[in-house]
Amino acid sequence: MSNDPGLMLEVQALYTAYADLIDEGPISEWPSLFVETALYKIVTRENLARGWDLGLMLCESRGGIEDRAYAIEHLSLTIPRRVRHLISGFALTTNADGSFAVTANFAVFETIEGRVTTTFASGRYRDIVVREADGKLRFKEKISVCDAATINNSLVYPL
Amino acid sequence: MTVHPHKWENSGTHRVPYWVYTDPEIYARELAAVFGGKSWNFVGLEAEIPNPGDYKRTAIGESSVIVVRGKEGEINVLKNQCAHRGLEVCRQDYGATRAFQCPYHQWTYRLDGALSGVPFAKGVGGHGGMPDDFDRKDHGLTKLNVTTRHGAIFASYAQDMQPLEDYLGDKMLTLFDRVFNGKPLRIVGVSRQRIPSNWKLMFENIKDPYHASLLHVFLVTFGLFRVDNPSRTEMDSTGRHSALVSRRSTNLDPNAATQEMASFREKLELKDPRLLDIVKEFSDPATVVMQTIWPNLIVQQQANTLATRQILPAGPDAFDLNWTFFGYEDDDDAMRTRRLRHANLMGPAGFVSLDDSEVMDLAQRGIHVDPEQQAVVEMGGRGREDHDHIVTETAIRAFYGYYREIMGL
Repeated sequence: MSNDPGLMLEVQALYTAYADLIDEGPISEWPSLFVETALYKIVTRENLARGWDLGLMLCESRGGIEDRAYAIEHLSLTIPRRVRHLISGFALTTNADGSFAVTANFAVFETIEGRVTTTFASGRYRDIVVREADGKLRFKEKISVCDAATINNSLVYPL
Repeated sequence: MTVHPHKWENSGTHRVPYWVYTDPEIYARELAAVFGGKSWNFVGLEAEIPNPGDYKRTAIGESSVIVVRGKEGEINVLKNQCAHRGLEVCRQDYGATRAFQCPYHQWTYRLDGALSGVPFAKGVGGHGGMPDDFDRKDHGLTKLNVTTRHGAIFASYAQDMQPLEDYLGDKMLTLFDRVFNGKPLRIVGVSRQRIPSNWKLMFENIKDPYHASLLHVFLVTFGLFRVDNPSRTEMDSTGRHSALVSRRSTNLDPNAATQEMASFREKLELKDPRLLDIVKEFSDPATVVMQTIWPNLIVQQQANTLATRQILPAGPDAFDLNWTFFGYEDDDDAMRTRRLRHANLMGPAGFVSLDDSEVMDLAQRGIHVDPEQQAVVEMGGRGREDHDHIVTETAIRAFYGYYREIMGL
């Protein structure tokens, strides 16, 4: 756990921006929170426990993350919906290379237009955050580990 | 045969009444006649349970079953229901064990389902105990009929099943063996989704290739699947299984088949093109083969992503779709990475399949209010023969031909 409250606040601001860009949009800005060579992956606990590499979403660069954002906005047929991320329980350690290993819990609610809000997913982030030359913190790695093995129909937005 | 209040008005299958997707009585009959009947149900891949004692829990229809590798390496499929009081004895989705023990009164079963232990069978201090004629041999877990082919496991509640090879028929067997070619398989991972629609709509989605060229903007934009690609739609002799086989073309007229597609984007390029870094891995020219095998399996090969999709019905209005992505043991590192990348196309977040799960949700919502209305299934005519194109719903009509027979409708 970091004992630098300033750093923790800064990290939490990164996660707040992450949630806002997905939940409130524009999703096209969501990739800007990642470094160019970032890895973004959604996995399930089941696959992790069984030693299987499959990601439900896998992006291996900011370009790949941009492709995903574009597809969500322009290519996929989706029933209109809104998601809402709640992120809590931050823990941070500093790696030998100066990057930060951050874990946090997430809960995501989904509200499909015309329907009641449901709990869509819960899980844990296992991330690596770095400070880039412009002084901003960005995700070098973001792994969303989903508690449930079964997704409630479609996984439209990033977790 | 149960007399049903609903009547299928037409003798053909170019009209499908909506009550087949919504009626609880029809659904109950499907569990018995389709999944519990004379069918080979796909239950998993051998590579999921490589060692003796390895097991997975799955279901046939709604009936929970354990697929377990026995002491001699054989595969047993056991009904997950204690012979005493009916509890599910296996409470985990996967694992490794030496025996299955019911938590309630600790009746214990071997990996082959035989009942090996009943606590207090001889009573305690002269009290209680089972009757003298109680024989453990009569109280094992129900053992299903099992067959395997090249790493795929199928089970049936019917003991008098025809061999899987005959069940598939020559044409479907050849396509099955294209992916399940005998090479040892390697599991890439599983994804599962609960889709809020009737299970048959999943089959129809695959058996109707014409939607893909209209609905799936991603597929069409990147040339993975188009209605003007050289293609064919074919069935086995019963109509219960089908396959769509298509070949990716590089020199297509961009206007020919896309002008009716509202959102086609010709100039789009991926920022990370590794997503579609496709290599040819099969000896035939096909680049997409989607096979549906009665009553619960879809075998998918699109680009370099291979997967089984197992259908697990959950009431008339929902089903679970369990995807098992796989490759081969001898895949090199580049192919392992490629399969992970191409998996982005499929599953609950798939660039392609996401459209389908959304459409199935909309279909069920539209259908359930009007059981007496009918779907119009006339693309490509009203017949059920093979077609050398994919502008057709012939495979849906063929499916319902067999379905009506099995269901007595």
